Parts: sequence; structure tokens; C-alpha cells
Amino acid sequence: MKRDAQRRRRPPLTMMAVLGAAALILAACSSSPSTPSSAKGLPGETDGVTSTSITIGATTPETGPAAPGYDEIAPAANAYFKYTNAHGKVNGRTIKYLIENDQYDPAITATLTRQLVLQDHIFADVGPLGTPTFLQVKSFLNTEGVPALFVESGCNCWSSPSLPITFGWQPPYTDEGKVLGRYIDGHFAGQKVGYLSQDDEFGQDGVKGLDDQIPSSDVVGRQTYVATTQGLASGLGSQIDALKAAGAKVVVLYTIPAATALALLAAAEVGYNPQWVVSSVGSDPPTLTGLLSSISKGAAGASLLSGIISDAYLPPITDATNSWIVGFKKILHTYDSGAPWDGNTEYGLALGYNVVQDLKAAGKNLTRTALVDAVENHSSSLPGPWLVPLSYTKSDHYGIQGNEVVQLENGGQTIKTLTPVEATTISGPITTPTSTPSVAPSGFGS
Amino acid sequence: MSVAWIWRLRLPNQPMLRHLTLAISGGALLFVLTTVLSSFNDYQVAQIGVYAVALAGLTLLTGANGQISLGNGAFMAVGAYGAGLLLAHTDVPIAVALLLAVAVGAVAGVVIGIPASRLRGPYLAGMTLALAVGLPSMVTKFSSVFGGDQGLSIAPPTPPNGVDPERWLAWIVLLCVVIVLVLLGNLMRSRFGRAFRAVRDDEVAASLVGISVARTQVLAFAVSAGCAGLAGGLFGLTIGGANPDAFNVQLSISLLAGVVLGGTGSLFGVWWGAVLLVYVPQWATSVAGTLNLQTGQSSNLALLFYGVVLVVVMLAAPGGLQGGIRRLTTLFVDKVRAGIQPSLPSTEGEHT
Amino acid sequence: MSRFLDLTLGGVTYGAIYAAVALALVLIWRATRILNFAQGAMAMFSTYIASSLVERHVSYWVALVVALASGALIGAVVERVVVRPVERRPPLNAVIVTLGLLVAIEALAGIIWGGSLRSFPSYFSQVGLVVGRTRLAFSHFDVYVVCAVIVVLLGFVILFRFTDVGLRMRASAFSPEVSRLLGVRVGRTLTLGWALASMVGALAGVLAAPKLFLGPNFMDAVFIYGFTAAVIGGLESPLGAVIGGIVTGLSLSYVGGYLGSSLDALGALVIVMIVLMVRPRGIFTPIAERRV
Repeated sequence: MKRDAQRRRRPPLTMMAVLGAAALILAACSSSPSTPSSAKGLPGETDGVTSTSITIGATTPETGPAAPGYDEIAPAANAYFKYTNAHGKVNGRTIKYLIENDQYDPAITATLTRQLVLQDHIFADVGPLGTPTFLQVKSFLNTEGVPALFVESGCNCWSSPSLPITFGWQPPYTDEGKVLGRYIDGHFAGQKVGYLSQDDEFGQDGVKGLDDQIPSSDVVGRQTYVATTQGLASGLGSQIDALKAAGAKVVVLYTIPAATALALLAAAEVGYNPQWVVSSVGSDPPTLTGLLSSISKGAAGASLLSGIISDAYLPPITDATNSWIVGFKKILHTYDSGAPWDGNTEYGLALGYNVVQDLKAAGKNLTRTALVDAVENHSSSLPGPWLVPLSYTKSDHYGIQGNEVVQLENGGQTIKTLTPVEATTISGPITTPTSTPSVAPSGFGS
Repeated sequence: MSVAWIWRLRLPNQPMLRHLTLAISGGALLFVLTTVLSSFNDYQVAQIGVYAVALAGLTLLTGANGQISLGNGAFMAVGAYGAGLLLAHTDVPIAVALLLAVAVGAVAGVVIGIPASRLRGPYLAGMTLALAVGLPSMVTKFSSVFGGDQGLSIAPPTPPNGVDPERWLAWIVLLCVVIVLVLLGNLMRSRFGRAFRAVRDDEVAASLVGISVARTQVLAFAVSAGCAGLAGGLFGLTIGGANPDAFNVQLSISLLAGVVLGGTGSLFGVWWGAVLLVYVPQWATSVAGTLNLQTGQSSNLALLFYGVVLVVVMLAAPGGLQGGIRRLTTLFVDKVRAGIQPSLPSTEGEHT
Repeated sequence: MSRFLDLTLGGVTYGAIYAAVALALVLIWRATRILNFAQGAMAMFSTYIASSLVERHVSYWVALVVALASGALIGAVVERVVVRPVERRPPLNAVIVTLGLLVAIEALAGIIWGGSLRSFPSYFSQVGLVVGRTRLAFSHFDVYVVCAVIVVLLGFVILFRFTDVGLRMRASAFSPEVSRLLGVRVGRTLTLGWALASMVGALAGVLAAPKLFLGPNFMDAVFIYGFTAAVIGGLESPLGAVIGGIVTGLSLSYVGGYLGSSLDALGALVIVMIVLMVRPRGIFTPIAERRV
């Protein structure tokens, strides 16, 4: 009918005006109260720092398929910050840690990082998790002058002259691969080796390190998998099968814990029992035990874990005598009480501790330059749980560059150290440092 | 009585003029808006604009043409990578890269549209879902070209002196939105738009009248994919890169949700959908944050709110927000008219 | 040869799981003409309920029954409360409602049970069966999975073809007005349809969890492939759903095994396109002629 057609086609101007006004009001309400001109006008050096507080932030996956395990790290770091706030603060300032959930989606990371920097005015991006996610924002942070402290990723990407205020923390995956590779070459020389690695820079960088030490003639299978829910939705049976068919006696898993468990499961199904060598990323015993505890009627799943060789750059979590671990466990229990004690929470606490020490070293006159300076120049003698001294310098922005080789026993209940700590860099040789790991100050954690 | 003339103000009747008027006035309004907002809010305006472009194409496909697509995220990926690769390897201006994004998206739309033209309803949904899942995996396979899992880096557009990068980005995106809305508005009023609606409403009748059903479907797909490609290129500029993890199934599903929440088939509704897609997650997170829960609980609570909002809006406003607002303003205008001119019957179609 | 066999067996097992999800989707489609995107999430929720019982040392079979019952209950409640208002509306509205449910249910599971992945018991051994001297990539548990799905399929066929309830359900879907006039309680029948479908979904969750680990998002990919299976097989046919599931499982397995794991999703897309180009409404949907 004509009237209906006209009705639909001719909105009165007033309605449009009302809608437009509503949109303006909506936008104005949600816009931050800060100065309307660009944030660039503010002095960036002390953004996020007041006389009583320091605001820092991070983007991590708290929900979604990438969240299991990784969602524990930021709250654990925050537990250490809360402990610090209650025990002396940082030169009179409390730490406020804004943890934003990016669901491991780089687009969301980009948005949330801008929110943290432009709206919340964080002093530094502390402990952002993930390689593809952080790669999306590294230039933005660099341009805005925001230091990125301790990116939670082992990518060979964080120590670069083009990123003067970005720092890695955990050993690059290639470093780890070299240490594991050297162990394999030393103890399983001549045997057939197979790789099962994640099909991204985590797996690829790890394999680079392995190939640096293991002669390529020994490698009989190079399988990969894609770390999405779709990629793992049919298990890893096909890849494990291929390695079994190739006759690999040693299988290196550069896998996240869920994929490690799937691989072990698939191997158990076909009765394949190679020597497993698993990257520290995917070998956390409590996580693996949780995933495998119900498998197979009559066969305790955790027994699949005994004998797995892995590596560590922090004290093995089962070492109840280590002074750092004793302190960390107390802090975790008090300030993040629901969280389990496992590799993820140990990582978070150690990272938090490192951040606090650097903030303290930067002094009362806290600026971004002072913080960067503290990391670059005051880290090598910093006592901490790391098995080798931190290697930060002006030109090297990787932190912990050393691992020891360990082996799981008793279904993962104990972790035995197999070799002394070895240090390496991405392209350098492997050396055995002579320094001994430091001891925590007395009363640490209480 | 003296204010009654306001109710008689009308937009021009001729479609092109009307759309241009709307576009220019709306665009001017938004331009002014960006100058008073902060940097981060300008960034959000850019995000809203990106979604608006993608939703415009999808609402044409779904609303006007009745084809349900769960794969427009994949077309966005095509556009983003197209623009990104061009910008990474050559020195062309951004406008050229965006045009390429449109072109590549449209070509992909034709390629997918041809097999899709025979499918209806859930079968089309299934195929487009498989597209959304399968296409980004090509990026991982050919990682030497596409950068693999690390993604491509796309430099944000350099602003002229004195302008915030976020504001400049918002202007570029808004310009694209305005252009797209004018073009699509005209398209919907043209014979192509009539063909879309005819095929949606009754295929057999349409083909009897001489409309080629398959060609119409493919055209709708191509236009929708071209818009998605442009949105993808703008998306790449906004977030600073292209990465397969950013073009996941969630994105395609969000686009569909945005279309329906805004009002399927309505170009005005596209704005509502885009605003919802950008603001509801943020609003949900801040509400959940005020409850001071543990981080994991808080994040999940925010998602719970988001899901509940989707359900509630759908139950309360079946025509989407645009439909709901239309109903409300109709009621309001009716009452006001009744108040101002109680003796005159409402003869002309003056209110929507 | 043995690799081909192992890939086939693996594909069949996972295919059966996708088939179970597909059966649930087919049932809901036949009953209410709605695509239930929340099917995987609802299944996950029921599986978590079973998991909580198992943690308290309840037997696997009791937990399974509880999972099925809770699945039925969830399905009925969802239909009655959330879906009923949108059943008469454009189909897209129902799609968005189920998508909202998907997000909400996954978030709720995360709040209640946390985000960590956990294992789920399988009762049957997951070690491969030994035939002759080779150990197959097919365990007692895999046999159980395949059998369970076949039993469900037979149940559906019997339900739709030979029972009154099935007839009422088909009538309610095709012609609600006429069915009402004939005395069919259409509303109740629709609710029953959703309840049965969600029960099957819950079974799919319980079958998938031992192999994929239980987490709030663990059914996402299973749902996607189940949907693919339903589309391939034709949304009108339970048998089609199962065949579609097996086809999907096998193609993922072969493509992933022979062409590399990063291509399997792409392979699924190609299979879907090929099938739909030949049979635009799935393999088993009869081609309807339109009279003008």
C-alpha cells in the first residue's frame, strides 16, 4: 500500500535529529574524562605514575581455547604485586595491575592495548601474553613510548634495535631447542628422532634450535599440528601414527600441554612408547596429570608421564627445599588462594618479582627511561629464582637465557635434574655458566 | 502550533539526493563528533566504522537478498591480506590499497557466490561456515607469502601534522562508511535492489518475470564480499596488521549478530549493530569489573552479559534495534501529533 | 596400507562423534526448523555435570544417565523459555538467540567450573585393539562410541517412522496449524523435540570428552564439524547425519594425514562445496519439485 511504502521510505528529519543527538550523548558519556586533545600532549615519561601508585597493565587470554593454563599467569603476577603492596610497596607507591582479557585474538589485543595506553594511561605493558597477539601491538607501544616489560612469549622477536623499550623474559624457543637438542645428540646419538611441533613460530623456532644440534640424518619425521580448536578436534593420532611408522625412537614434542596430552594419548592407543622429550611449554606435570588422570580403565594416566624429559629455567616446581619456591607458594596461597601451584603460577610469580625489583631499582623519581635503564643495567646481579643470571643489557633484551634438562618421575610427582644449567643465545654456542643460583632473602614470602 | 512545521520537514524524495543529504549531514555530524572525543574514543569510532562497512554488505545480502552468510569474516580476511600485501611490497597510497581490497573481496565473492547460488537456508549457512573456518588456514599453509601465524604488519596511515593518528584513522574510515552507505542505498533502490528483494520473496515468480536468479544471487554475494573486503582492509589499518587468529569464526558470527541486532536489511540498523558490537563487550567488561571478582570470573561474567544481551535484545526487539526504535518513535510521534492536531486525521504517511 | 587403515579408523571414530552432534541438529531442525548453534555448548554443560559427579566417585554409567537427563532438561527449558518466543519470527532471530546462548552457556561453565581443561573418564580402555599382530588405532572405547551412535540412529528411525510421537513431531514441524486442529499439542511436541535432541547432544559431549579433554570451549570445533556433517547429509535425514559425520571425519583424517595438518579445515570446505554443488540440499534430502 502506498502509505506503508511511504512510511518506510521517509523518515522525518526530526527523528534523524533525535537519533543523531542520542548518538552524540552516548559517545560523550562513554568517552573518558581526560583532556580532549591527544594523549600525545601528556608527558609520557610518568604516565600512570602518581605519588602513591603505579598503574601497569597487560593483555592475556582469560577465556577461550587458549586460556587453559595461561589464564593463571597474570593473576599470579598480581598476587606478587599485592604482596608487595602489603610489604613495603615500591618506593612508597602501590602497584595497580590492569589485566585485560584478549581471548588470544590479536584484533582484541590491539583494541585493549590502545585502551590501556590511551585511556587508562598505563606506565608500562607488563607481561603481555602471546606471540601473534603482541606482534600486533609492538609498533604501537613503541611509537607511544610505552615500555613492554617481559613479553610472555619465547619468540626470537623481542630483542631488536627497532624495539628499544621492549623486553622478552623467558628463554627464546630456539635457545631451549638447542639445549634439548644437545642432550638428545649426547645421550641418544644415532637413534631415529621424530618431531611433533606446533605449526607456528613456537614450534618452528624450537625446531630451529633442535636442528642446530641434532644431525638432520637422524631426524626421520617432522610432523606438525595447528593449535586451534579445529586443528586439535580430531586428535593427534594421524601425526603420532606417522612417527611410529617412521620408526622414531625419540620424539620431541614442541607442543602446548593439551597437545602433549593428546600425543601421549594417541601413542598409548597404538602402543607406541618412544622416549618423549617435551618443551617446557608443554610439560607442566600438574596440568598434564589433570588432563590424563582418567584415561584408560585400570591404567593410571599419570604413569604416562614418567620418564618424560623436559627442560626448566626456573626451579622445578616439585623442589620443596628451594627457598624461592617456599616463598612463592606462601604468597600464592595468601593472595591468589584459588590458584594451583604449577608451572604457570611459578612463572607469574617469578615475573612479578622481577618487575617489582626493577621498579624499585628505577628509584623514587620513577620515569619510563629510569625503568628501562634499570632493566638494562641492573639485572645481571639481581638475585632471583632464575637458574642463570638475567642477561639483559643495552643490546640484549632477552632475560633468562639458560635451561637445565630435567626428567619427570613418579607420574610427574618429582622432577629430577639431569644436567647442569646451560646457557646459550639464539646464534651463539652453549656454555656452562659457573655462577650458582641465588638464594631468596630470609623471610621471603612471609 | 508554531512548532508543527518541524514535523513536516522532509528529506528529498529522489533517492540519490536523499542519500547524499543524509550522508553529508551524517558525515558532518560524525566529523564534529571525532573532534571532541579522546584518542581512544576516536579509535573506537574507527572500529565502529569498520564494522559498519562490513555490516552494510552483509545486511544487503541477508536482508535484501535473503541469503544467510556465516563466512563474511573470510572475505574480510581476503581484503585485509590483499591490502596488507600491497602496502607491504609497494608504495601505493592507502586509497589504492583499499580499492584493491574491494576488488579482491568482490572476486572472492563471485568465486564463492557461484556454487553458493544454488544453496538455500541452512545449507548456505553450512557452506559459508566451512569457508570461515577453512579459508584462514590457507594463511598458515602458505606462510612465506602471508606471514603465517605471526601475521602481516600494516603501518597505520600517517596523519598530517597536528592530527592524532587515531583521529585521522577515524576520518578515513568514516569517509569510506559514508561512501559505502550512499552507494548501497542507491543500489537497494535500483533495479538490482528490486531484483534482490524479488528473488528473496519468491524465486519462481522472479524468474518468471525474467530475473536471473543465479546471477542475482552471485551479484549480491559479490557486493557483500566487496564491502567485507573493504572492511577487511580498513580493519587491517585499524589494528595495525592482519593475522589469521583475528579472522576467526567468532568474527563472522559477530557480523551476523550485528546485522540482526541492528535490524536486518536496514542500512540505518547497520550503525546500531556496529555500535553494539564495539560497545557491548566493553560495557560488559566494565560492569563485571566493578564487582571486583577474580580475573577469570570477571572475564567470564563479561561474556555472560554479552550473551544475555544478545538473547534479550532479540526477544524484546525482533526487528532489531532499528525496528524497535522505529516502533517507539512511531508511538511517540503519533502521541505528539495527536496532541498538536487533535482534529486533523492523519492522512499523509508522515511517520514511520 | 596400515597408515591408511589407521587414518580410516581414526576418521570413523571422530566421524561418529560429529554424527552424534549432527543427529541432534537434524532433530531440532525437523522439529522446529531452527539451527541450534548452542548445541555444542549445551552438550558441554551436561558433560560438566557428569564430570562433577565422577569427581565425587559416582559410577560412570550413573553419571552418563545424569548427563543425558540434564541434557534433556536443558533442551526443554531452553526451548520453552528462550526459543518459543522467536519460533514464529524470521529464522535469523532464532539463530542469533542460539548464538547468544552459546556465548552465555560457555561463560557460565567457565564461572562454575573454571577454565582449565580436565580429563573425563572413558570407562572402556582407550588402548588400541590387537588384531593378529598389529595394534589398531581403534580401541574398546572407539567401538563403544560407534555403537552408541548407531543405537541412537536406530532409535531415531524407529521414533520417526513407527511411533505416534514421531508422527506428531513431524506433523508439528510441517504444519503446526493443522496439527493443532487435529489435536496435537504442538507446543509440547516441540519441547520434546528439543529435549531429545539435547539428550543426543549430551551423549556426543560425553563421548568426545575423553578424547578431547573437557573445557568450556571443547565442543566448539566438534559443533562446527557436526554442523558440516548435518549439511552434507541433509538436514532432513538422521541417516544422512550419520553418513555426513563419517564422511566429514574421514575427509579430515585423510586430508590431514596425507596433505598435512594445516590443510584439513580447507579440505573440509572443499568436501562441503563439492557435495553441495552436486546435491544442494545434502545427500539424503529428496529433491523437491516445485510446481508453478
